[in-house]
Amino acid sequence: MSSLLIWALLWEIIGQMHLTFFLPPLSEVLVTLVRILPTPAFLNALTETAYGFLGGVAAAILIGIPVGIMMGKSRLLDEMLLPWVNIFLSAPLTALVPVLMVLFGFGMTSIIITTTLFAIWIIILNARVGVMQINRSLIDMARSFGASPLEAFFKIYFWAALPEILGGVRIGVIRAVKGVIIGQLLISIVGFGALFELYSSNFLMGHFWAVLIVLFGLAFTISEFLASLERRVAYYAAKR
Amino acid sequence: MYSSKGITVAMLPTENTRPSTDAPALDSAVSVRNVSKNYGAVEALKNLSLEFPRGELTSLLGPSGCGKTTLLKIIGGLLEPNAGEIEVNGKTVSGPGPDRAFVFQDFALLPWANVIRNVGFGLELRGVPRSEREAIAEKYIGNVGLAGFEKSYPHELSGGMRQRVGLARALSVDSQVLLLDEPFSAVDEQNRRKFQEDLLELVRNENKTFIFVTHSIEEAVYVSDQIAILLPRPSRVSEVIRPSGFRHKDVENIRRDPEYLDIVDQIWASLRTYAE
Repeated sequence: MSSLLIWALLWEIIGQMHLTFFLPPLSEVLVTLVRILPTPAFLNALTETAYGFLGGVAAAILIGIPVGIMMGKSRLLDEMLLPWVNIFLSAPLTALVPVLMVLFGFGMTSIIITTTLFAIWIIILNARVGVMQINRSLIDMARSFGASPLEAFFKIYFWAALPEILGGVRIGVIRAVKGVIIGQLLISIVGFGALFELYSSNFLMGHFWAVLIVLFGLAFTISEFLASLERRVAYYAAKR
Repeated sequence: MYSSKGITVAMLPTENTRPSTDAPALDSAVSVRNVSKNYGAVEALKNLSLEFPRGELTSLLGPSGCGKTTLLKIIGGLLEPNAGEIEVNGKTVSGPGPDRAFVFQDFALLPWANVIRNVGFGLELRGVPRSEREAIAEKYIGNVGLAGFEKSYPHELSGGMRQRVGLARALSVDSQVLLLDEPFSAVDEQNRRKFQEDLLELVRNENKTFIFVTHSIEEAVYVSDQIAILLPRPSRVSEVIRPSGFRHKDVENIRRDPEYLDIVDQIWASLRTYAE
């Protein structure tokens, strides 16, 4: 907390010294922030971005976790899919966005798909690792007491892999923020992407930084929320 | 066939004949018939046959690699044999069932669940309603000496306590056959001795058949009504020993009983060559 205050102070000082027009004083940015927050333009942009973000994250979680778990359980599926997951994980996905635009058009669909693509690979990988590190005896134990495969999934696999899954979701969500903004900058200029475009091309740097602070703040809050969930399962994470 | 000082030992000439013994014919709860198991090219078990008398504790004792855990898992239905069959109470079984319950060497507790949920887990998988299974679980938690720890989590318990949870879980489902896979090897020495004493009492009080895998000679002779010695490469039952003289004695006196000491020495003499 105190280090943030030091940087805030530094920002204010540099801004007040008018060293560069790119960096207005923090106080000016905060004033602009408070002014634009309730405006319809801003709130629309927020809704637009939230829509794309949540859609993309939901798809990444609902598809990524089961795929990762199945890869962890099946050697065959794992060998077939793992190379692709690794390739897409390290690929510069921004370069793929024009391809997505050709395939899916210029609207919200493309933005959601972009967001999903940014988030899903790490979620798959972490779910996979979570399942693979499960202690064999736990599975044997559940089988020995008569667990069906479905029961084994919900009562053993899911909980045993949950710490890794949550970690993957946290990183995936952060990547999704990147994805939705890039989508909004490249595909259709809406939401926060539009605001960044607008403010930077008109050199309204105070507005630009204000929106950036909002975005960073939201991303940070979501990330911290997921981290708190991870801490709640940490009591058993190390002892599996 | 020889006997000395009240010990009856049955020698098994080849793997292909059923074991014969001078002891009175006992009702078998579990029969293993000509079971073979391969892991690729490795023959873990070859044509193995063994009887487990009802209401008694039989140990599977042998050096590592002799297939005793493999055999236990096959009896429990966790592994499929390549040949042969397992009969429990007269019926052939393949796969796990409510007639057999397992106790694991590394405890196999759900780390995210508390003690009472862990103990009731076998019942939970059987669809027993919550209040009923918690009542049963509480009773067995008391039986194994963990009363007061119902809400604790496994990471808050010592190794010995965790194994008690595992034991309570296996007892809760009220199976007729209990399979114990080196249950005390991951537990410290003091707790281990206490467990062995408690196990004797358990065998006396519960009308169940116990199959006990161990690599400790003293442990096997201490707790067992019958000891089956398995040797590796190829895996076979080389002897079945039935200690008779000291079974009725007080728990504290068994370890100094001459017959106990004789049997331990005798087993060590035959196993010595297999120590790697």
